Amino acid sequence: MRYLWPVLLLLPLGLAHAIVEVQDVQPDEFSSPEQKLHFRALIQDLRCTVCQNQNLADSHASLARDLRRQILELMQQGKSDEQIIQHLVNRYGEFVLYKPRFEPATYVLWVAPFVALIAALSGLIVLIRRRAKVTATFSDAEKQALAKELNTPASSSTK
Amino acid sequence: MITDIGHFALVLTLGVALLQASLPMAGSFTGNRAWMALARPAGQTQFVLVAIAFAALAYAFLTDNFGLVYVAQNSNTQMPWIYKFSAVWGAHEGSLLLWLFILSVWTLAITLFSRGLPEEYIARVLSVMGMISIGFTCFLLFTSNPFQEIFPAPLQGRELNPLLQDPGLAIHPPMLYTGYVGFSVAFAFALAALISGRLDATWARWSRPWTTVAWMFLTIGIGLGSWWAYNELGWGGWWFWDPVENASFMPWLVGTALIHSLAVTEKRDTFKAWTVLLAIIAFSLSLLGTFLVRSGVLTSVHAFATDPERGLFILIFLGVVIGGSLSLYAWRGGQIRSIGHFELFSRESLMLMNNVLLVVTAFFILLGTLYPLILDALTGEKISVGPPYFNLVFMLLMTPLVLLIVLGPLVRWKGQNLWETVKTLRVPLGVSTAGFVLALLLLPPSKHGRLAMTAMGIMLGIWVFSGLIVSVREKFRHRKLSLESLKALPVSYYGMLLGHFGIAVFVTGVTVLNTYQTDDDMRVTPGQQVQIGGYNFRFEGVAQQRGPNYMAQRGTISVSQGDKYITTLYPEKRVYMVQTMPMTEAAIDDSLLRDLYISLGEPVGSAGDGAWLMRIYYKPFQRWIWLAPLLMAIGGFLAASDRRYRQRQKQVLQDTVVAQQLLDELLATSAAKG
Amino acid sequence: MARSVIPLVIFGLLVAVLYKGLYLDPREIPSPLIGKPAPEFSLPRLNDPQAQFSKQMLLGKVTLVNAWASWCITCRDEHQLLLSLAKEGVPIYGINYKDTREDAQTYLNQLGNPYVMNGHDFTGRVGIDWGVVATPESFLVDKKGIIRYKQPGAITPEVWAKSIAPLIAKLNQEPG
Repeated sequence: MRYLWPVLLLLPLGLAHAIVEVQDVQPDEFSSPEQKLHFRALIQDLRCTVCQNQNLADSHASLARDLRRQILELMQQGKSDEQIIQHLVNRYGEFVLYKPRFEPATYVLWVAPFVALIAALSGLIVLIRRRAKVTATFSDAEKQALAKELNTPASSSTK
Repeated sequence: MITDIGHFALVLTLGVALLQASLPMAGSFTGNRAWMALARPAGQTQFVLVAIAFAALAYAFLTDNFGLVYVAQNSNTQMPWIYKFSAVWGAHEGSLLLWLFILSVWTLAITLFSRGLPEEYIARVLSVMGMISIGFTCFLLFTSNPFQEIFPAPLQGRELNPLLQDPGLAIHPPMLYTGYVGFSVAFAFALAALISGRLDATWARWSRPWTTVAWMFLTIGIGLGSWWAYNELGWGGWWFWDPVENASFMPWLVGTALIHSLAVTEKRDTFKAWTVLLAIIAFSLSLLGTFLVRSGVLTSVHAFATDPERGLFILIFLGVVIGGSLSLYAWRGGQIRSIGHFELFSRESLMLMNNVLLVVTAFFILLGTLYPLILDALTGEKISVGPPYFNLVFMLLMTPLVLLIVLGPLVRWKGQNLWETVKTLRVPLGVSTAGFVLALLLLPPSKHGRLAMTAMGIMLGIWVFSGLIVSVREKFRHRKLSLESLKALPVSYYGMLLGHFGIAVFVTGVTVLNTYQTDDDMRVTPGQQVQIGGYNFRFEGVAQQRGPNYMAQRGTISVSQGDKYITTLYPEKRVYMVQTMPMTEAAIDDSLLRDLYISLGEPVGSAGDGAWLMRIYYKPFQRWIWLAPLLMAIGGFLAASDRRYRQRQKQVLQDTVVAQQLLDELLATSAAKG
Repeated sequence: MARSVIPLVIFGLLVAVLYKGLYLDPREIPSPLIGKPAPEFSLPRLNDPQAQFSKQMLLGKVTLVNAWASWCITCRDEHQLLLSLAKEGVPIYGINYKDTREDAQTYLNQLGNPYVMNGHDFTGRVGIDWGVVATPESFLVDKKGIIRYKQPGAITPEVWAKSIAPLIAKLNQEPG
């Protein structure tokens, strides 16, 4: 959530040049509180491409800041969320989406958990049904061992 | 000198581990009692050796011995001593040594607390522990040696990553690893039982307390990790579905399935093959987590120094340990026959459903975590799978599990009438449904289906709370409810209740937090006041301050509610001197019902008006999210401390419950024969 | 028996994927722009703010477009190679990314100028349109203005000899 804050640059000493920083989106730049909330929700689910594993909202990276500014401008131009997302995907690929789209490459991702659940549950029901019907039987050796354990002669219980 | 001793102790550990892994196992097959008897002293020696190595490394840190590469890279004379000490496990090599140390502690515990078990069995258990130890000792010695030296030694060390300079580092990894590694005990017990082909209720009874204790530590470890991220990352979040978090959560889910399944195996002598498989999977996922975090195959915020060579080493180790144990399972698992039958609506079935849901959830997290990797390996496409995916699927899979929680303890073994249960639960059913409907009607609508989720959460919370109360009352349907009768119930029953109660606390906490959390960022000048969540925040200004190894800009904000003064908060922005890394130290005022969380931003004053950017969060019920793992862990502790695990009974062939069950069956079949 | 083999099989598949994963770089993101027309842009030139550098100037020949900055350390490592390529006659066009004009010009004066032309992308907007993640990044653009190859990070002599040079030779054969 610290998208407002510029980065302190980690430049090695002796290098006089500095990266040009665009001003980050400021809290008072939004036309309404709704727009602010909307903006924040949008950048929450977009991935910063230069970071380890961070969204655009949390990242301090210079590129993340540029992208936040551009996203705000696109919003102000009246672009829809889909258009803004597509704008980024055209440039950086699907990698920027923390919520993968439902498309052939991600069918397995979205469907497999539920297929696995349904398969496992139906397998389970079949198994239990079968179990419930069959009465367990025991081999003679087991009966003997059991009878011995209970200190009763094996013959007494078969009467 | 001392570090040489540490290094040497590690080399000796490898020798002892080899001995511990081989001779007792061989002895158990040939009946050589002398070889089997080696297992315990070998395990104890290993503990002493690893403890020496660990102490030597800690000593090197505390005495600023920068002659060791690892110390030079992760410490600094200016760091407070507590961070010097916890820096021992602050990076790859040392945390691996901590892993090994905890493994040796668990091994020691087995040698001490397993007097009642058959010699042959314990020899095999300790042999398996020895094999795991060989793998990790080799890993340490050959790819990640913390005792590697540099000459000449630098005068000053780099520094521990500032993110890790937090009290959380002192306790979170040890707890987490104790949990991870603890599953190796359940694993070793399961393998020993598989090898002997004797999987029975006694085996389950032996491994239950060990598994529960490991699970308890893992629960605490995960909770602490979340709490640490909340305090230290400064974004107000408490769970990010980062690969590292997922790596700890997957074994937890399977471990949770395992403690339930073990209960059934112990009480009903059934699900045996499945329980063994779960024990193998739980530990496999712990190992897999180690691989994912340290091999660099995934991008994570908590990147360890990653290296494909190390990755290859762990992968081979993984292949041997997990592949070997699953092969053993494939060979022996098919021969395990479970007896005892039960109806579709019975506690056994419900426990199986619990297991299915937990395992499918662990599977989905594994899939989501590895999916970018799988897709890349197959097609070269790069995608991301993040919180929106995990949150959605997690919620869908967990909802039925939370519904089951109430049924599990209520429904009898073998089978029960469904209608009878519905009747018993009419009040919780009614109240939770009413809660759902009322929430839909009364709460303000919002976008993104948030309202439906809130209503769901409210329903689930009420359902579990009220359902648990009904299940306790049901216990006393035929008995008088009194202090005496409450005391008579086994401690483990209260452990179970508390654990489930923790789930209700968690569901409630998350629901309230997600629904009523508010936060805002703003530009403030000294003296300015802002209102958030019904509180007044007055910004007093920012002053420069010097810490032991950092410079800080410290903001002062006084908080009040109405006319009542609440507290003063001091959020900081720090720059650590060596790594020159900017860090945000959020200031938090916590209480059971709400957290106030402030992060300091940037100075934005143009005309020297002292203006700063600031972000304030009002987070109701935030503490409940960590109260939940705490309750669950206490529940685990109670369950593990039950008296019956401590009774040193004379070994019997079968548990009496099972014997009784067998007798019932026998009588029934003979009666049928006439 | 058959059922109890399933976990082993699943594990085998998992190990295969993980093994493959060890040799993939999770941080290397393929550009969706490859095979697509280069984005339209128009930047003031670095040496002359009045003049423009636009996509039209790339058409009709195979060009190497290089995003760089004076504050970028890897760019310095790459610079020698760019100079020798320029000497061999490879047309290199620069996008000077988030840099000040003064810093960039000093850099070129000191280290030599391999570029046919440089656009000054002060705000980094054009960089975003090209999908630049971190400088240096290089794009091979064919005669029709279609991006055919992207090199994230510095071009090394090996990458040049193995991938880029043969591709340039091939693209030069294509009709403009």
